[in-house]
Amino acid sequence: MIFDPSNPPVSGRKASDGPVLRMEGISKSFSGVAALDNVSLQVARGEVHALMGENGAGKSTLMKILSGIVERDRGEICLDGEPVEIRTPKEALRLGISMIHQELNPVRAMTVSENLFLGREPCYRFTNVVNRRRQRELTRSLLREMDISLNPDARMRDLSVSQMQLVEIVKAVSYNARIIIMDEPTSAITGREVEKLFEIIGSLKSRGIAVIYISHKMDEVFRIADSVTVLRDGQYIGTRPSGQLDHDTLVRLMVGRELSQLFPRITPRKGSVSLEVEGLSKRGKFQDISFRARRGEVLGFAGLMGAGRSEIMETLFGMHRADAGIVKMDGREVHIHSPADAVRCRMALITEDRQLKGLNLKASVKANLTLVSLKKFSRFGQILQPGRESRAADAEIEKFRIKTRDRNQAVNTLSGGNQQKVVLAKWLLGDPEIVILDEPTRGIDIGAKAEIYRIIGQLAEQGKTILMVSSELPEILGLCDRVVVLCHGRINGEFERRQFDPERILKAAMGNGGGGAKSGNN
Amino acid sequence: MTRTVASHWKKTGAFLSKYGIYFAFLLLVGFLAVFSPPFLTPDNIINVLRQTSINGIIAVGMTFVIITGGIDLSVGSVLALSAVIAASFAHPGAHPLLVPVALGLLAGLASGMVNGVLIAKKRLAPFIVTLGMMTAARGLALVYTSGRPVINLSNAYDKIGGADLAGVPLPVLIFLMVVLAGVFLLHYTRFGRYVFAVGGNELAAKVSGINTDRTVVGVYALTGALAGAAGVVLSSRVMSASPAIGEGYELDAIAAVVIGGTSLSGGVGSIAGSIVGALIIGVMNNGLDMLNVSSYWQQIVKGVIIVLAVLLDKKSKI
Repeated sequence: MIFDPSNPPVSGRKASDGPVLRMEGISKSFSGVAALDNVSLQVARGEVHALMGENGAGKSTLMKILSGIVERDRGEICLDGEPVEIRTPKEALRLGISMIHQELNPVRAMTVSENLFLGREPCYRFTNVVNRRRQRELTRSLLREMDISLNPDARMRDLSVSQMQLVEIVKAVSYNARIIIMDEPTSAITGREVEKLFEIIGSLKSRGIAVIYISHKMDEVFRIADSVTVLRDGQYIGTRPSGQLDHDTLVRLMVGRELSQLFPRITPRKGSVSLEVEGLSKRGKFQDISFRARRGEVLGFAGLMGAGRSEIMETLFGMHRADAGIVKMDGREVHIHSPADAVRCRMALITEDRQLKGLNLKASVKANLTLVSLKKFSRFGQILQPGRESRAADAEIEKFRIKTRDRNQAVNTLSGGNQQKVVLAKWLLGDPEIVILDEPTRGIDIGAKAEIYRIIGQLAEQGKTILMVSSELPEILGLCDRVVVLCHGRINGEFERRQFDPERILKAAMGNGGGGAKSGNN
Repeated sequence: MTRTVASHWKKTGAFLSKYGIYFAFLLLVGFLAVFSPPFLTPDNIINVLRQTSINGIIAVGMTFVIITGGIDLSVGSVLALSAVIAASFAHPGAHPLLVPVALGLLAGLASGMVNGVLIAKKRLAPFIVTLGMMTAARGLALVYTSGRPVINLSNAYDKIGGADLAGVPLPVLIFLMVVLAGVFLLHYTRFGRYVFAVGGNELAAKVSGINTDRTVVGVYALTGALAGAAGVVLSSRVMSASPAIGEGYELDAIAAVVIGGTSLSGGVGSIAGSIVGALIIGVMNNGLDMLNVSSYWQQIVKGVIIVLAVLLDKKSKI
């Protein structure tokens, strides 16, 4: 069947009974590291197909390939049985593949109808003058067709997240989509809005549009998905009809792996309590967070994205202000109102986003390494001592095995793993007592991961207190002495190492009564 | 084989773009020396340096501001405000020389601090804040003088801009001192390093425990003070302080900094580059005058050079 992009959306288009999408043997590696290895995905017309897997399993890479953002190395993509090449997002759109990203990026100053027709505005004949009336009418009929009540002239910036999402869905449908990819569509919306979204998904199904649904929320997946494909470590694990799956089986498919030799063997040598947090709360972010951490302990913080883990750590570090709560260090209450205060209290925060919050990408490796502890290399605390500074930088480069030509190389030319080592090294140069690591191995290759684990192990043995936020369960299980599980901004379970059980931790993170602190849905 | 040639060219290109501005300067000097022999006479060189000193002093401050990713449009007006305040205390026999000089510097420092506090603490855009200060400081200068130039200045005050030491005019020496101090502050102190850190990634700098607000206030205060110093020197040299002086100086300073390779997006830059930038502008003005190029054409040439310099800079980053 020849696809004509100029066609108006046809409801309930019925064609051949074969799958609308077949991806076969897809492989992709980034600078030598395999992100996807021989992965397959088959989606039937008008089905909701959930794509599951832990962070880093390769879900988003697979979807980026499908939507033309990333090019595959190997493999075949067939739409309605015909092999296709998808090189750009525009081609994907033309072929009827739309992706609704987790982060929505509408032009906020424009109206709903302007956004819907951005780049393909209806014009008066023989001119480039936008026919606003017609644009508005087309918008109205699109909205009516999908039973969405929105004012075509409303500015995007005045809409809620869920309304913006609806606009995105309408836009996708108006491109005559065969497949709509939704990446964590419920991460920023709540109860009633989720219901509305599911209703819309139902109506997409009845039009014969396939929805690929990426989510970590099990209950949602079981509610709306017809089938589930699981990926793990860039490998295809399997596809099952969702009726044949239960929670436990799905979790086992997602997690099921042996903990490798990646992790250093840490001999637990727990010392005195160094950090106590009591009732830390910040409205809309997290509530009533209490925990204690000891010297020589690696305390993990597990949870889904948006559970509030990063916010808690950043608040502890003085980047945000808490509404309530007490923080004690070595039994004495401390008041940390800025990162500068935190540094004075000998805390370190290796942030989740190293490019945004961790590094000065316009500066050299050396300048980044010594930034936190520059005072140590200054006479009278002010005048730099270039010799001492350079020697310290060289020592760090060697100690952390940072692969760089020399200390003056621009830090933005290093690989992700080496950049992360620079961030770690710059903090450890200041000799902190409490080290907070937020997703310390995100987006870095396996070799660099192992080295960072080794460093964390050494820190614990030196008697530092380590708080580690991670979305990668194996990392938590492999490194931590204890793990606090967060769900929707609250502590929903705490496990000692001997109680570690990936399924229970994952359940607690997903809102089920894990540690018995709170029972969730399902 | 082709690869080695390509990499060779790449290296040459990188070298040229890194030091391109210095070559351009030498080329310009060489060109003028050939086509206008009086250009290279000691008298004329001194003259060019004297003419460049005011813009050079301001450009040193502007370099700090632009490295933080900011901009200061108020320096021309702050210069005028400082000049009229300083001059009004410099009438013969009124006060010791220190009083007008200190007051001129203080006026600049205070204006700069207001800029800095509004930018750092109130999170206002530097462009807006300094645009406001540019207008307000000019107004203040006009109010303070009722729109009339301050004249009848003491001999001692006149010496700041008029005297020379072993044939080198005092303004040039002051300029040189400001440059040395600026280089030291920017490249050899913790403050200077923080200036780069704030411009490179303010959030990362903050997370690293740096008091970024203090750094930003410091940078604008410094620039204000230097504009004040330039005001004192300039009013002394012309032996009067008109509330209208220094108009458009902010653009000359920005041009010098940008020609010198400091990025308007912050995080990279050097005083040396800005000085060469200021010298290029000064040499060009002087040389084109000597070649009898009309001042209208001079503006066109200046405009082209600014854009060319940035284009060159951009190319080197690809």
